[in-house]
Amino acid sequence: MSTYAQKKGFGATIWDYLTTVDHKKIAILYLIAGGFFFVVGGLEAVFIRIQLAVPNNDFVSAGLFNEIITMHGTTMIFLAAMPLVFAFMNAVMPLQIGARDVAFPFVNALGFWLFFFGGVFLNLSWFFDGAPDAGWTSYASLAMASKGHGVDFYVLGLQISGIGTLIGGINFLVTIINMRAPGMTYMRMPLFTWSTFVTSALILFAFPPLTVGLVLMMFDRMFGSNFFVTTMGGNTVIWEHLFWIFGHPEVYILVLPAFGIFSEIFAMFSRKRLFGYSSMVFATVLIGFLGFMVWAHHMFTTGLGPVANAIFAVATMAIGVPTGIKIFNWLLTMWGGSVKFTTPMLYALAFIPSFIAGGVTGVMLASAAADYQYHDTYFVVAHFHYVIVGGVVFAILAGTHLYWPKMFGTMLNDTLGKITFWLFFIGFHMTFFIQHFLGLWGMPRRVFTYLPGQGFETSNLISSLGAVFMSLAVLVLLYNVIMTSVKNVRVGNDPWGDGRTLEWALPSPPPFYNFKQLPLVRGLDAYWLEKMEGKKGMTPAEPLGDIHMPNSSFLPFVIAFGLFVAAFGALFNMDDKAWSVPVLIIGLLITFGAMFLRSVKDDHGFHIHKEDLMEDDNDKGAKA
Amino acid sequence: MANSQLNSGNPRVDIEYRRKKSAEEMRHQVVSFALMIFLTLIAFAVVAAKGFSAWFIVPFILLLAIVQVIFQLYYFMHMSHKGHEAPSLFLYSGLLVGLVTVLAFSTIIWW
Repeated sequence: MSTYAQKKGFGATIWDYLTTVDHKKIAILYLIAGGFFFVVGGLEAVFIRIQLAVPNNDFVSAGLFNEIITMHGTTMIFLAAMPLVFAFMNAVMPLQIGARDVAFPFVNALGFWLFFFGGVFLNLSWFFDGAPDAGWTSYASLAMASKGHGVDFYVLGLQISGIGTLIGGINFLVTIINMRAPGMTYMRMPLFTWSTFVTSALILFAFPPLTVGLVLMMFDRMFGSNFFVTTMGGNTVIWEHLFWIFGHPEVYILVLPAFGIFSEIFAMFSRKRLFGYSSMVFATVLIGFLGFMVWAHHMFTTGLGPVANAIFAVATMAIGVPTGIKIFNWLLTMWGGSVKFTTPMLYALAFIPSFIAGGVTGVMLASAAADYQYHDTYFVVAHFHYVIVGGVVFAILAGTHLYWPKMFGTMLNDTLGKITFWLFFIGFHMTFFIQHFLGLWGMPRRVFTYLPGQGFETSNLISSLGAVFMSLAVLVLLYNVIMTSVKNVRVGNDPWGDGRTLEWALPSPPPFYNFKQLPLVRGLDAYWLEKMEGKKGMTPAEPLGDIHMPNSSFLPFVIAFGLFVAAFGALFNMDDKAWSVPVLIIGLLITFGAMFLRSVKDDHGFHIHKEDLMEDDNDKGAKA
Repeated sequence: MANSQLNSGNPRVDIEYRRKKSAEEMRHQVVSFALMIFLTLIAFAVVAAKGFSAWFIVPFILLLAIVQVIFQLYYFMHMSHKGHEAPSLFLYSGLLVGLVTVLAFSTIIWW
């Protein structure tokens, strides 16, 4: 046993996670926090379906319903899907490119804590006279009229967690550009790393518009400016544009990593090289590029005029082409492969028809003239749940099973995993397939109830029953997680037996320095290549030497906490509370004080010495 | 970038070549600096001079500004050198996204 891996008490473990800058531990933090918010958002979804299960229901009031749908959307997108995707990026991407950590470990931790405190701040709105209630898009015309502090919580909470996401994305970009192992050229990067790269670029360009929009709304709501106040010469459509310039790339930010995870799964469990690797890379980049040219298709009915509508409609349909390339490549990867039906593979197989259904309704919605009919109906709701649940959530669940051994060193039970899959798959289609028809029959979205005798009763009940299945699926998954952790059966480096990429060459979980010696990458699917030549592991690209590692730090937590405190001050300043300005100032002092401390205090990290690394080897009976 | 290896201790560094390269670099910087001062003077002169309408002055100054940004990036921040492919890719992508936004705002919101 080396001196670096000693058994720790509970308190020490907590402190370890509060101060960690290790990408693998930050990944676990993202997974836990994202999983928590996923359950919160899921509960809100259940409340929505209970309310809509029968006509004229009064399970929740109209105002509370608005708060629930707003928080469901906001939580699921910003606080569940994104951090869960970030969890896999953090856990896997540095291992896949053969790096010892991300480029800026401190910033990585800061990004997590900013997201976390932003998310907590947003959800605390439930305990301070009401959550945001203007929809997850928070259109200014509604948001400006919203009473109470709900929308202010939305603005400040998203601003804080948005900074976290932005610096996380920049961190990944720098890591992928600069820290690839010897031989890992761009065109040898695994598809998940490629999609992380493109996603991070999208984050880099998409989050600033959101920041701008939120700042404008913050000034309008809190300091009396008039950017969105039409009576004073403002324009609410500006918010819609800013929001969707962010919001459309955002859906690709979510779905591209999902594509990446599925690409890994298809290749692994078809035991075949990914079909058309270079065209997959090309399609990923093209989707990222086109993702910025289509935002106005969310606004066809705002009166952009026929020319603008036509341009954005055509651009939107063009995205179907690279997506189609991907679908065919996945199918052809499986073609002739020796397919193994593991839990992740089941999700991947179910993803293809589910996502295509969402894609087809997407093209239907993209046709501007028809969109006037679909607009603001349950058809839209069905469409985006098909792409986000059928694409992103399937990928997150698949990734959880696939990468669980790499993150925790234990295998989730495959039988329970398959039960989760079938419950979720059936529940998902049951809930959302019928909603297409509800929309076509004229049920508007975001209504808190409907009258009997309009033909909506049976379909809504079926939809609500589907939600029961999905809830059960999540419960089975949680049970699976707990049982697996309790049993704690450790697994080796390649528990699936079919690992292709570098992460499977490392022990599960990897040592905190990842690679004792950086590996030499000789082609795509680097580990698979070595296995096929009968080797046990990667060929090292460097002699064994001291490894430079960053020190843990509590400052990221403090910096984020300061902003959290300051946000309360800013929020209650509107009510002329005497304590609000001091709180604002104290919060900012905490943040800037911690940043100042970080700047003036030299922290050179530490070295793991060669001798300790050799000692590690001897313990495991292997040779360096 | 170009002269970073002047005192690297590497015996294979051709000092003569490096020196020439640096001198050339310096000349580029001085020339572009002079040009930038000159462009700034023109910008002031256009505003000060009588007889130009605002419809000429504003686009003209914007054009001068773009030229200055290019000078700044390529001669002072060494983007003309090798090894800047990734920064240029992201700079131009960001520029594209920004310009599309401005184009959309000016065509379908404000007019």
